[in-house]
Amino acid sequence: MKLGTGPAQPASEQSLFRRELNRVTAWFVLGVLGFIFLLAGLEHLGLPRQWIGLIFLLSTIALYATIGILSRTTDEAEYYVAGRRVPALYNGMATGADWMSAASFIGVAGTLYLTGYSGLAFIVGWTGGYCLVALFLAPYLRRFGQFTISDFLGERYGGRLPRLIAIGSVIFCSFTYVVAQIYGVGIVTARLTGVAFELGIFLGLGGILVCSFLGGMRAVTWTQVAQYIVLMIAYLVPVVWLSVKQTGVPLPQAVYGYQLQKVTAKEQELLVDPKEIEVRYAYAVQAELLRQKLENPAQALKDDRRSAESRIATLKASGAPVAEVLAAERALSGLPRDAKAAQRQWTAALAQAETKSLPLNGMPPHGQQFAGNPDGTLAEQAEFDLSRRNFLALVFCLMVGTAALPHILIRYYTVPTVREARRSVAWSMLFILLLYLTAPALAVLVKYEVLTQVVGTSFSQLPEWLAAWSRVDPSLLSVTDMNLDGVLQLNELTLGGDVIVLAAPAIAGLPYVISALVAAGALAAALSTADGLLLTISSAFSHDLYYKMIDPNASTARRVTISKMVLMVVALAAAYVAAQRPADILFLVSAAFSFAAAAFFPALVLGIFWKRANRLGASLGMLAGLGITIYYMAMTQPWMRGALGITAPVQLWWGIQPISAGVFGVPLGFAVMVVVSLLSRPPSESEQAVSERVRYPT
Amino acid sequence: MAPAADRLTYWRRCRQLTAVLTVLWFAAGLGVHFFARDLNFVFFGWPFSFWMASQGSLLVFALLIVVYAWCMERLDLAHGLAEDEP
Repeated sequence: MKLGTGPAQPASEQSLFRRELNRVTAWFVLGVLGFIFLLAGLEHLGLPRQWIGLIFLLSTIALYATIGILSRTTDEAEYYVAGRRVPALYNGMATGADWMSAASFIGVAGTLYLTGYSGLAFIVGWTGGYCLVALFLAPYLRRFGQFTISDFLGERYGGRLPRLIAIGSVIFCSFTYVVAQIYGVGIVTARLTGVAFELGIFLGLGGILVCSFLGGMRAVTWTQVAQYIVLMIAYLVPVVWLSVKQTGVPLPQAVYGYQLQKVTAKEQELLVDPKEIEVRYAYAVQAELLRQKLENPAQALKDDRRSAESRIATLKASGAPVAEVLAAERALSGLPRDAKAAQRQWTAALAQAETKSLPLNGMPPHGQQFAGNPDGTLAEQAEFDLSRRNFLALVFCLMVGTAALPHILIRYYTVPTVREARRSVAWSMLFILLLYLTAPALAVLVKYEVLTQVVGTSFSQLPEWLAAWSRVDPSLLSVTDMNLDGVLQLNELTLGGDVIVLAAPAIAGLPYVISALVAAGALAAALSTADGLLLTISSAFSHDLYYKMIDPNASTARRVTISKMVLMVVALAAAYVAAQRPADILFLVSAAFSFAAAAFFPALVLGIFWKRANRLGASLGMLAGLGITIYYMAMTQPWMRGALGITAPVQLWWGIQPISAGVFGVPLGFAVMVVVSLLSRPPSESEQAVSERVRYPT
Repeated sequence: MAPAADRLTYWRRCRQLTAVLTVLWFAAGLGVHFFARDLNFVFFGWPFSFWMASQGSLLVFALLIVVYAWCMERLDLAHGLAEDEP
């Protein structure tokens, strides 16, 4: 057996290790629950909220730091692959935490609330990818048994080019993703403690670094196990409570179908409700006014300013009360500064008013599959077709992207055997399902609460959580009485997706300590993913680039030291980029899936299953797949177009949205690889031997 | 170590299993959602296709992964390719 690829320990030691682990984990779960009860008691005795948030933040970070410091190592196998002795179950948990980012924890339920059925593309896509991991990648990569994804591509295809392309793609995909995580850490820390966003980023960064800096994969693995437990408890508690409150059954996943029925019935009512129609009409009028202004923003701004000034003059002349004059002056100074600013502000306002003039606040009926109507007019049929096509394309990209994300794939290097790798994917899937089966339930329960409890109440009697969250951030939650009837209509409520998870405890009527727990869970989700990503990036630099390509004689200790340095630099760079608050962060995350899918999936799968695949084919296939994906996004996605200064008209191919660009990249990558491989010389004996070797466990 | 012919049989079986499971994965992950509008009957409160996209497909995925691990372990044993118990 090749050195370093087999199990690291004899059998008896491993089983002792497992028993010890199970014991520690059980105590840990009890400890977390006890800690929550303790704080709940202190809250009852009058501990202020700010303190509870701070205690949660500091104690969880201290916990991860302790695990990180206890797991410090300079051994190469320990640093890169945790000594290859992580049992399947624990690797499953670590993969779950590694996988579920801030976007999964906070974003998915929000997206589902806002988009209903079409949001389920994320649920199906982000879980279905694990089938591909199990069937095509995990066991074979474990059998190959080195340290990184580039190791496999480099050895299987030989030469420098495939390895170099792989390194570039790993860094590109993972860096985009890690910036988004650190951004999420900053937001959560700022919310939890009230410190500034930038300071929050650097606090979180400290949390990330203590986990991964000293102990590499070994430390990351065990902190991720702890983070998984924290984030899962945090996600489940409010949803279960909400379910008990609404249905009396503590199993939200099993009963929310009936809540969905009620939501659908209520939606039908709201569609024809005269008050709702009144509000929609008021927004339509507002949109029309804005449209007129936007025809000539400079003139419109001049008119606005003149009418504001004349109003002040009339008020002053008629001796109106000071407060009224002041309000009029504020209105004048609140006007946009110049025509450009006016255009920007009014365009945003127009988009909002247009959405709000649509039925159900612009949300599709929750249970309706796809937009349009297959039996309706030609336009409706086309809309249906397009909507269905984009749903499936997104599912496809997310699935293949999941199966190609380097930081997920390297987790399967850490288990002792091929058999454990297969089992470990099953455990990962189970642990991930817990969250993904719950998120759609949460979305429906919150929607039920909003439609039946909030809509139709008078403005003076709105629930406490609504007021609390609109104070925190009006862009996340706000209410306006558009038709001045003193009663809240659905379209008068603006609810950002991120609020759904964060406000769930308050909606369910739980004490503040659970809100703090949810924030700590979101922090755990973001930290654990950031840890895994940073480690992947630093391995790409230190192991793949420096050791394998620049200085093959570097000593083990030197390699590990370099890796730690790189990790620090990358973390600081990512924090710096995140502190600039890059626009459209969510788009970048989803884009990383399409990039990874196009860059890695064909080369990895064909490298295992098709011996004839060769270096030139793999290199050109990866470049072509990634190239077309980037090209399509650059040509069609508004933010990328703006960043690159592209002004050519948007030309969608078959109406596919830019987020699903991988749907072109993956097939093209496969096709180029096959054609070029067949047209050039077969790979060498030793390269084919890699394919041969990974197919058999021994 | 198993003889060469036996290894080839192992690999053929493995690919057959992978192919079957891939077809099922495709059907549960993409195929069924293509017909979502037509599968609109009520299923424990949910419209069936909504349930399928939020739970059904996911459970099928989990099942496929478990079946794969189980079958491959048996295949390893049958062909003398099982690893030492760690």
